[in-house]
Amino acid sequence: MSENITHLLKSIIKRRYSNKMHWTDYFSYFYLCLGVLLMFGPVLWLVLSSFKSESAVMEYPPTVLPLSQKSIQIEGYKKHLLLFKVTLEDGSIKELAEIKRVGIISKMLDPKNPEIKYKVPIDKREKIREFELAWTNYSNPLKRLNFVNFFKNSIFVTIIATIITLIINSMAAYSLSIYEFKGKTLALVFVIGTLLIPLTVILVPVFYVVSNFGMVNSLWGVILPGAATPTGVFLLRQYMLTLPRDLIEAARMDHASEWSIYWRIVLPLSIPAIAVLAIFSIMWRWNDFLWPLIVLGKNEVYTLQIALNAFHGEMTVQWHYVLAMTVLTLLPIAFIFFYLQKFITTGIATTGMK
Amino acid sequence: MMNAIDLLMRPLQKIIGVRRMPYIFLLPNLIFFGLFVIIPLVVNIFFSFTGGTELYISNREFSGLRHYQTLFDCQDYFNPNSCNEDYFWRGIYNTITFVFFQVILMIFFSLLTGVILNKNIIGRGFFRSVFFFPVLLSPVVVGLIWKWILLKNGILNAIIESNGGTAISFLTAPGLAMSSSIFVSIWAHMGFYTLIILAGLQAIPPNLYEAAEMDGTSKERTFWRITFPLLLPNLLVVFVLASIKGVQTFDEIYVLTGGGPGTATSLIVQYIYTTGFAAAGQVQNFGLAAAASMVLGLVLLVLTLIQLYLGRDKESKTQDI
Repeated sequence: MSENITHLLKSIIKRRYSNKMHWTDYFSYFYLCLGVLLMFGPVLWLVLSSFKSESAVMEYPPTVLPLSQKSIQIEGYKKHLLLFKVTLEDGSIKELAEIKRVGIISKMLDPKNPEIKYKVPIDKREKIREFELAWTNYSNPLKRLNFVNFFKNSIFVTIIATIITLIINSMAAYSLSIYEFKGKTLALVFVIGTLLIPLTVILVPVFYVVSNFGMVNSLWGVILPGAATPTGVFLLRQYMLTLPRDLIEAARMDHASEWSIYWRIVLPLSIPAIAVLAIFSIMWRWNDFLWPLIVLGKNEVYTLQIALNAFHGEMTVQWHYVLAMTVLTLLPIAFIFFYLQKFITTGIATTGMK
Repeated sequence: MMNAIDLLMRPLQKIIGVRRMPYIFLLPNLIFFGLFVIIPLVVNIFFSFTGGTELYISNREFSGLRHYQTLFDCQDYFNPNSCNEDYFWRGIYNTITFVFFQVILMIFFSLLTGVILNKNIIGRGFFRSVFFFPVLLSPVVVGLIWKWILLKNGILNAIIESNGGTAISFLTAPGLAMSSSIFVSIWAHMGFYTLIILAGLQAIPPNLYEAAEMDGTSKERTFWRITFPLLLPNLLVVFVLASIKGVQTFDEIYVLTGGGPGTATSLIVQYIYTTGFAAAGQVQNFGLAAAASMVLGLVLLVLTLIQLYLGRDKESKTQDI
């Protein structure tokens, strides 16, 4: 069986490399495998860790899989008792449950025969573990720590901002691609000009404008400042320039208004470019951090990214919750990546933007 | 709803005429640009020349060049300790260190990855996705993932110790924290630059390679004589883009190290953010933050102009990959 597979692999490799394998080929595969480990490993570790119970998360050295210590309910004891594998003085090995630990001595009992108590030095026992996914890491923050609300805020910002961006950017792109008018070059220079001014340079005055509109601590203060994107205008304009003009002329002959030419002809034909911009906008908005950090100061309006940051900055970091919520934050993006990767890579290759 | 808009737009078109309609379509986008880019740019200059703790312009008093003097008040520009605003200068030096190493390593690794992914390898699509996906992760997620791994009692130290080494403070020793930050930043953004390089590699005419092969040219020579020179424009784009992004780095490092230990990894944008918005228990100094923004803006302007110059004939070169 394995011989067959090796044979198959060899023939595939041979077909690819009709000549001999060069040392660079060996190096390439080595590099790629290392790359898989380095790129995927951290995310895999995040996901595995996020399912560990609170005590297992803090354990050092950590176990690879989410394991938790087995416990047992015994009559007469309120709490669940933790189970250990104990080497007794006579050399025999028994499964015992711990009642109480005093210093380096553990008071234990035999679950099968609860009457008999043992006193065991703690280095003579070993935890009994079982595979267990701590789903409470996910459910508790959602229920008790307002994370459902942060999710809603993030979704609201992402969807509304993307819709606004698509509409105003496509209108501007339509104007700059289909028409010839006075001041068109000026408008184009204006749009390029805004590319020169990233948000990091105008943090204070944008905050001033936003607070003049009374949008500090409001999700609209996050949505509006970034709604008009030069990248989006350019991406859509490039695409619209390639549309056949005859169609538009024909529509004009039929007395279609300019708005309905935009809405019924140009926009539907530009769907591929609109889709690329939509995906980009969704990612920008979902991942946005610095600006929301400045505008949103109240817990109720936090987006997921801000909440995660605030949550992990607390005095005692509850890593089991932080990790689980990080996984949830990452999930929509992972989903987009899985299904729409082609769009994204093409978009980056054609615009040089991300 | 869109029909309702048409009901409004049709009479409008009648009144102003078809020839003025493009302005109407342009208007919403320009209003947004005006409100959130152009006006702020002017206001920023105003802020940088006024003092006080008030946000509202009418309440701010003119202070002339005071903020700029504060920022540049230094006995020795190469020693941040001698500066009045030492945090600002530390930010500048940290940013220079960060960008310098990040950009060099970024070019090296994205070139290496691009060249390897451009080969006729098995599972190419898969490997390309693997290197690309961190680009889409949010900076907060990237910061948290790596903080979790690099912690004093994180998995990496566990692996080191189980192999007989001693635990390393990746995030709490000054020099190491900077190296970790650079590494994490490369990890997160390399896929993007690899993509640009891949696009460049695929634009190189294959017959050049065929000719080289016919002549029996060695692979090393083919790389240095064909691939590298033809890829140089793309490498320049990577260089400038990575510099522009690098200078503005904030989020992932802020989450990873918080700028610490001390100020070892606090970059220039973090200085602006802390000065203007975040310093707990301290006065928010909008004026000083605005002045620092102007300095950052100047650097970025130069870099972006280089980028636009390099990309001036990009439209003719766009291609699908």
